[in-house]
Amino acid sequence: MTQTDPYASSRETTEGRVYSVTGNDWDSLVTEIGATKEERVVVNMGPQHPSTHGVLRLILELEGETVTEARAGIGYLHTGIEKNAEYRTWTQGTTFVTRMDYLSPIFNETAYCLGVEKLLGVTNDIPERATVIRVLMMEFNRISSHMVALGTGALELGALTPMLFAFREREKVLDIFEMASGLRMNMAYIRPGGVAQDLPEGGLEKIRETVKELRHNFKDNAKLLIGNSIWLKRTQGVGYLDLAGCITLGVTGPILRATGLPWDLRKSDPYCGYEDYDFDVITNDGCDVYGRFLIKMEELEQSLRIIEQCVAKLEKLEGAPVVLDDKKIGSPADLKVGPDGMGNSEEHIAHIMGQSMEALIHHFKISTEGFRVPAGQVYQAIESPKGEVGVHLVSDGGTHPYRLHFREPSFNNLQSLSAMCEGSMIADVVAAVASIDPVMGGVDR
Amino acid sequence: MSNEQGLFGAKGTGDTSGYGGLVRKSHNELSAERPYGGYFDEMVDELERSYPEFNDDIERVVLDRGELTLHVKADRLFHVAQVLRDNPALRFEMCMGVNGVHYPADTDRELHCVYPLLSLTHNRRVRLEVSVPDSNPHIPSLVELWAGNNWHERETFDMFGIIFDGHPGLTRILMPDDWIGHPQRKDYPLGGIPVEYKGATVPPPSERRSYR
Repeated sequence: MTQTDPYASSRETTEGRVYSVTGNDWDSLVTEIGATKEERVVVNMGPQHPSTHGVLRLILELEGETVTEARAGIGYLHTGIEKNAEYRTWTQGTTFVTRMDYLSPIFNETAYCLGVEKLLGVTNDIPERATVIRVLMMEFNRISSHMVALGTGALELGALTPMLFAFREREKVLDIFEMASGLRMNMAYIRPGGVAQDLPEGGLEKIRETVKELRHNFKDNAKLLIGNSIWLKRTQGVGYLDLAGCITLGVTGPILRATGLPWDLRKSDPYCGYEDYDFDVITNDGCDVYGRFLIKMEELEQSLRIIEQCVAKLEKLEGAPVVLDDKKIGSPADLKVGPDGMGNSEEHIAHIMGQSMEALIHHFKISTEGFRVPAGQVYQAIESPKGEVGVHLVSDGGTHPYRLHFREPSFNNLQSLSAMCEGSMIADVVAAVASIDPVMGGVDR
Repeated sequence: MSNEQGLFGAKGTGDTSGYGGLVRKSHNELSAERPYGGYFDEMVDELERSYPEFNDDIERVVLDRGELTLHVKADRLFHVAQVLRDNPALRFEMCMGVNGVHYPADTDRELHCVYPLLSLTHNRRVRLEVSVPDSNPHIPSLVELWAGNNWHERETFDMFGIIFDGHPGLTRILMPDDWIGHPQRKDYPLGGIPVEYKGATVPPPSERRSYR
């Protein structure tokens, strides 16, 4: 040892010798560990490691480069969203749940809203245009979520260009979100009863153009990785999890479909009218990281197909309502706001301030207290890009959720990490985590 | 709860019009009669056939909003769940998690636990619900049947203090290991910890008026 780094020191503990590594001291670390006779090393990866998808902590027990035990430590991003939502109205709930899995906000919102609508008993009354817009937004969101999964997954295995391409495509999808909702993330766009606002003028034209561009660019992306020999070596046969493993671990989504089982809630238990759309459930028999990668790649095209069908439907439904015709549930989404979707509704303000005392009272009651939802409990599941996102809602008949719980696919699927990684090389852990595609906002909530 | 501290605010519903005094019916009292409709009758028939103690161990069958809930006695949960998983005509291969709900007013059954089950073979769903008293919150763990319940049960323990007997390592999962209390219980306030910033103290959200 030529020099000592105060931040990269080592110390004795009851568990054995503990080394702190900062990154520029590998030589001294190897020298020091090499001097001991210890074969078994426990590596603490994260919670701030760049390739662990946010604040995920991995505790790996190694013998040489082989992982003998892998455990995930979570909870670093626990924000208490479920508790907070109990203190807010049912309408405000969307604003909370959208922040759970922040890469697929539309899915959280839709699952939540479908749950609230089931509790209210208005599932069949939701205007068709609202439902089609929901499907459109969900499929765009599936693309943007898969783009992050594929892009960062490639980046973590050392491929920078696919990440740049993927984020370029994701940007186009976020532009669509911005056009429709005014926001690129955490949109709170899907509301109980419908959607917050209709698509702006010329929106369908922009969507059509975007679909064309995306379809063209996905081909470039596919060329970079599909069949690429380095990529195959890093992903084929890596992170193996078969059907039996998926079932006992409750794993859904692309990981389950990579075992060859065509399980997709959009087909098996359709919601939002998915039975009326023509698309394929993509499967693969690899049970590995490459299989999951291929499934995500091909699901992009299926999402584009659904989007095109949505556009065709929306053309016929031009001018139709986008929120439930119920003044209590529909507010404030039913108000006409400025052309950019922002600001006050002048028409509404003139009405409550100048014309009707009763309207003012109702406005006050609905804005402060919210609407009541009949007592009961429901479980509503939809197919998010990562698997089954299920919302368990309990109402006591009041204006706030009595209990709101999300069965987050990321939370559940992350458990499979041990099964995928134990016995493999440490370098493959990163590939396996990337293929699970966990988003810590969803895992910890 | 008469000894309150904190900022001023409305007590009760906050309703000043006088028309807010609706009587709420707790859904815990619901129960359903046959026929349930859909695949539910066939499924319950099969469970009755293959689980002879059905009448004793299933306390109530609730059909609400097209979803069937079986209320199971807590100490019999494992056996009922095993039949539901292993019987070829039922075959609920997947448990989609565990969720606790705290009903402080439901005396001696304050803590409820809900298990949404999914059958891939038959494309069916059913929900199991068990309730235990706050004074003795023990529920048998189902990790042996569905390994994926491991984290879900840890989360429910963390948030509600329900103890899952037989769980391989029941520790906190989201909150820090040394945290005191179980945050999702109704007697646990929102926030609960004042925020200090540059010498000033912001009261915890639970003591701000709009949250009560």
